[in-house]
Amino acid sequence: MAQSPLAVIKFKIIFIACWLIIAADHIMLLHYFGLSWSSAAVDAGISNVLLLLACLLVMIVLRYYLPRGQQYINVLALCILLTITWLLLSKWILNWLLGDQAGYTELFHHSLSIRFSLAFLLLGFITMVSILWYSQLEQKEQEERKKDAEKLAREAELFKLRQQLQPHFLFNSLNSINALIGSRPQEARKMVQQLSDFLRGTIKKEETQWVSLGEELQYLQLYLDIEKVRFGNRLATQTGIDEAALELKLPALLLQPIVENAIKFGLYDTIGETVIQLSATKEDRYLVIKVRNPFDPETSSPRQGTGFGLKSVQRRLYLLFARNDLVTTEAEENIFITMVRIPQS
Amino acid sequence: MSKVIIIDDEPLARSVVREYLQQHPKLEILQECGDGFEGLKAIQQHQPDLVFLDIQMPKITGFEMLELLDQPPAVIFTTAFDEFAIKAFEAHAVDYLLKPFNQERFDKAIAKWVDTRSSAPEKNTLELLESASLSPSQRQRIVVRNGSKIKIISAQDVWFLEAADDYVKIHTQEGYFLKNKTMTHFERSLDEQQFVRSHRSYIVNVQQITRIDPYEKDNHVAVLRSGAKVPVSRSGYAKLKEVLGL
Repeated sequence: MAQSPLAVIKFKIIFIACWLIIAADHIMLLHYFGLSWSSAAVDAGISNVLLLLACLLVMIVLRYYLPRGQQYINVLALCILLTITWLLLSKWILNWLLGDQAGYTELFHHSLSIRFSLAFLLLGFITMVSILWYSQLEQKEQEERKKDAEKLAREAELFKLRQQLQPHFLFNSLNSINALIGSRPQEARKMVQQLSDFLRGTIKKEETQWVSLGEELQYLQLYLDIEKVRFGNRLATQTGIDEAALELKLPALLLQPIVENAIKFGLYDTIGETVIQLSATKEDRYLVIKVRNPFDPETSSPRQGTGFGLKSVQRRLYLLFARNDLVTTEAEENIFITMVRIPQS
Repeated sequence: MSKVIIIDDEPLARSVVREYLQQHPKLEILQECGDGFEGLKAIQQHQPDLVFLDIQMPKITGFEMLELLDQPPAVIFTTAFDEFAIKAFEAHAVDYLLKPFNQERFDKAIAKWVDTRSSAPEKNTLELLESASLSPSQRQRIVVRNGSKIKIISAQDVWFLEAADDYVKIHTQEGYFLKNKTMTHFERSLDEQQFVRSHRSYIVNVQQITRIDPYEKDNHVAVLRSGAKVPVSRSGYAKLKEVLGL
């Protein structure tokens, strides 16, 4: 539940002080108009205590019920109603207490409209402050909730993107294993092992989302070994990794979809052996990874060659760095180059 | 003896089919192919009774390869998970085998083929192609046969299509190519935001249009970047205006 403004010590002191000043003013004013000090004090005490109660009531109501849109009219009505009630009640009590004093009833009668106006203004002021206070609290809470929800969604999306797996890859790998079981059971067993290790990597719920390039390359090797069994002689890989780049960090499982994309693009767009080249260097404060695959410029425009793999990489990097310029692609004659730059902290 | 051809880009995937076929001595493997080009040649050369065909293959897909054949043979598709393709198979293919599959399932597919042989398998294959051509990858390109050569035309390079008897002329920078299809087929398979049937006999690539001029009474003509002119009928003009947001 939202905290009342009076729960804050500072505001409580200000509130009480203001009220004491109003009451003192009230006493002096009545004395000035000819009431005795004691009568003025009784009048001020009773009036202000009742008004204080009305104010507290407004604050409590607003704490549980914040008006929206058209409902502001209800709040106005409540203020008017409370002011009238307050006036009648104080008149009744004060007449009963002070009615025998000379001239008091008349004085009260004369000051009726002024009492009403002042009370209404005060009540209205308290109402407005309360509404502002509680709506600001509510907004803050909403913002926090939204922030929490966004954070959760971001984490979930990152997790999902991390373990994104192409069903084609899985089923085709299983099919290869199926083939090996008949002819070369030892190799089938090895591939089952590789596939299991690979899958375990993708479903691991990382507490550390960042890994070194060295670790990532080991994991990528599992994937490449499987693909090489699938595609046989058609697939070859070359790597050129700078020593200095090996210790640099990158988000876990980022490399595999990039290479997968390059393999798919290369293998399905050309005939014959496909060489996938992977290089990594350290440039300024970036880890720069380049993946090259051959393609046929005649039949596919490089734009169409990107596809899901790169989109998910781009999205991940955006969620992590809020930048959209970290994945770039270019075509050099019949070689398609995917370049990913990962900022190093 | 029935003649069989296996087309799959993964050697191990072909070896599974080969292994399972050992249980069917009446089926003889004439050739194994690693891509659609080889497959096309092999089919034209051997006229097989049955083809085991993968879908995702280098250069052209299994569907595109079949489209290039005048008389497509009976086909059993072997494929990994592909939601769209499965829908197409269920309606028309002899059968489809989802990888990985076992001998039992394979035998069933063969039995099904034997059963449907008497009915018209070619018709089935043609119907299958019609529905498969609606898959997303086929909206971006057109594969044609030009003599013995296979040409893959990216949709963006197409100027316009023109009906010509049983064929459709596909006009491009390099001249036109013929494909044995109907205009309706292209109207349905190509991206409708890019290709508009401007006339009973014409489909135009809106990205190529530079202007549309009035032409005789009620008609218009679309002038393309290349200078080519494409007739636009009254209803075609309305469609063009809608796509171009005029």
